[in-house]
Amino acid sequence: MSLFDWFANRQKSEQTTQQGQAEREIADGLWTKCPECGVLAYTKDLQANMMVCADCGHHMRVDSNERIRQLIDPKTWKPLNEELEPIDALNFRDRKAYKDRIQETQAKTGLKDAVQTGTGLLDGLPVALGVMDFRFMGGSMGSVVGEKLCRLIEYGTQEGLTVIIICASGGARMQEGMLSLMQMAKISGALEHHRQAHLLYIPVLTHPTTGGVTASFAMLGDLILAEPKATIGFAGRRVIEQTLREKLPDDFQTSEYLLQHGFVDAIVPRTQLKKTLAQLISIHQPFFPLDAGPNAHHTMPRQTLVPQN
Amino acid sequence: MSTTKSRPFLLDFEKPLCELEARIDQIRELAQENNVDVSEQIRELEAKADQLRTEIFSTLTPSQRLQLARHPRRPSTLDYIQAISEEWFELHGDRGGSDDPALVGGVARLDGIPVVMLGHQKGRDTKDNVARNFGMASPGGYRKALRLMEHANQFRMPILTFIDTPGAWAGVEAEELGQGEAIAYNLREMFKFDVPILCTVIGEGGSGGALGIGVGDRILMFEHAVYTVATPEACAAILWKDAAKGPQAAAALKITARDLKELGILDQILPEPSNGAHADPLGAAAILKNALISNLEELFGLSPEQRREQRYLKFRQMGKFLG
Repeated sequence: MSLFDWFANRQKSEQTTQQGQAEREIADGLWTKCPECGVLAYTKDLQANMMVCADCGHHMRVDSNERIRQLIDPKTWKPLNEELEPIDALNFRDRKAYKDRIQETQAKTGLKDAVQTGTGLLDGLPVALGVMDFRFMGGSMGSVVGEKLCRLIEYGTQEGLTVIIICASGGARMQEGMLSLMQMAKISGALEHHRQAHLLYIPVLTHPTTGGVTASFAMLGDLILAEPKATIGFAGRRVIEQTLREKLPDDFQTSEYLLQHGFVDAIVPRTQLKKTLAQLISIHQPFFPLDAGPNAHHTMPRQTLVPQN
Repeated sequence: MSTTKSRPFLLDFEKPLCELEARIDQIRELAQENNVDVSEQIRELEAKADQLRTEIFSTLTPSQRLQLARHPRRPSTLDYIQAISEEWFELHGDRGGSDDPALVGGVARLDGIPVVMLGHQKGRDTKDNVARNFGMASPGGYRKALRLMEHANQFRMPILTFIDTPGAWAGVEAEELGQGEAIAYNLREMFKFDVPILCTVIGEGGSGGALGIGVGDRILMFEHAVYTVATPEACAAILWKDAAKGPQAAAALKITARDLKELGILDQILPEPSNGAHADPLGAAAILKNALISNLEELFGLSPEQRREQRYLKFRQMGKFLG
């Protein structure tokens, strides 16, 4: 063995021991590897950075609990309609019964269905917030998701609140058939009433936002924000590739692609999201009265600006 | 009544009936040639054919109905429009740079009432189908529909939509132009219109592409039409990981008119002529026309506010959950 080989071997064995250690620590949850650039980060640092890789800026998936913590001021979150639970109205069974799928997913996630809704303060501003959770059957929209979002929007309309929905969904939930498709219409109808009351609605599109969610409330924002490099589209990429039998460009259906084609207002890194939302909400507080009258003023609570008749 | 003379696109389950009808014709011809009276036997055979027809068409499986709904000879939006209206003037363009042939519409007169009619348009043959993109509308199609509906609202004309699409077009250009946004926008705006809106599923109601013109005061559906959250083939590919499980998916998804009436999604099922709408297009058109007129008469009795309110409440109660 030449001296050179000896050095080479030594370097190799050092690398493998390092890797072995890293894997052990990943298993312990102390370290997290960025799926995009492969860099290891101390999990606590990563969480402090809202699960955004400090090296490459990749946005890792976060669950709905974490989202609420990131956006809502401490101790101000009031959940709505937590009791709503899915039922198997179609008696649906694919390779597994829908009933069993619901139970398993509920046990795994601690959630009743794929969205959490509630009210809270965002930098001191009252908002009605819906957060979809991709862990629950791919964030798919069935009756419960539709009903909870609808009630949230109706509550927002009634109380004069800005509505924010963090989207993360593969689309309509097939296991509930047409009941799922109709949630698209139902939520859009609720948003129409919210709009009639001159209230602000901002969907935030995160990875992934596709199918029936894209074709309804995700695209109906007065303003639409997206996280960097999220997949956003109507038809699935694979479906399009199969129909057209050609490879699609890498950036197809990304946030950046949508921005370029005019379908989102801005791409906002997660670390800036709360600040950005607060700024946008506050700039939309009516300064001039919507309806001429002595009690319409921007410092008045929002409700008083809604026509009383 | 259908004859056996030229029946292209014969579906498997139609075959026994078709053979029997062919035999009846044959006997009739033979009897005529030989001057024999076989009217008794023919009456018997015809009774048997009627029975067989009832049996076949009352026990269709969801996937057989899907075949009927996609039947190449099934009357299309333009067939119905021309059959039910006294006047019809097609209008073109989304005013944004395109005119989608897969979604057609215009102004018409139905039993004296000026209306706007629009719907997905499938082709009548391969060449036509290629031009019409098999009834799969592009964002421009949905925006044309919206423009026509706004026109209807402006001139106080009821809106009649006809749904017949495998789904909205899934292509690069459709994504670029905002397929999702175009559909979403229609869903919201359709809750806003003052005028009565009637939506009829005449053939295949495929997913968001169908719903994009499907928000109305009344949802009607032909007996053998289907309405699905995703095509059974796509659903099978995703959930069963096997596209060949389409028939199973079709059954599981509850796509037939009867199932959807039970789920509270439809208001009215329109019965079809005994061999299906494709066997008697004019008969089907007459049924459609009567249903549209009687529904319009009911809706004229409401104020615009009442219609909007009831339209919202109708969709608001859709969904099944605990709690």
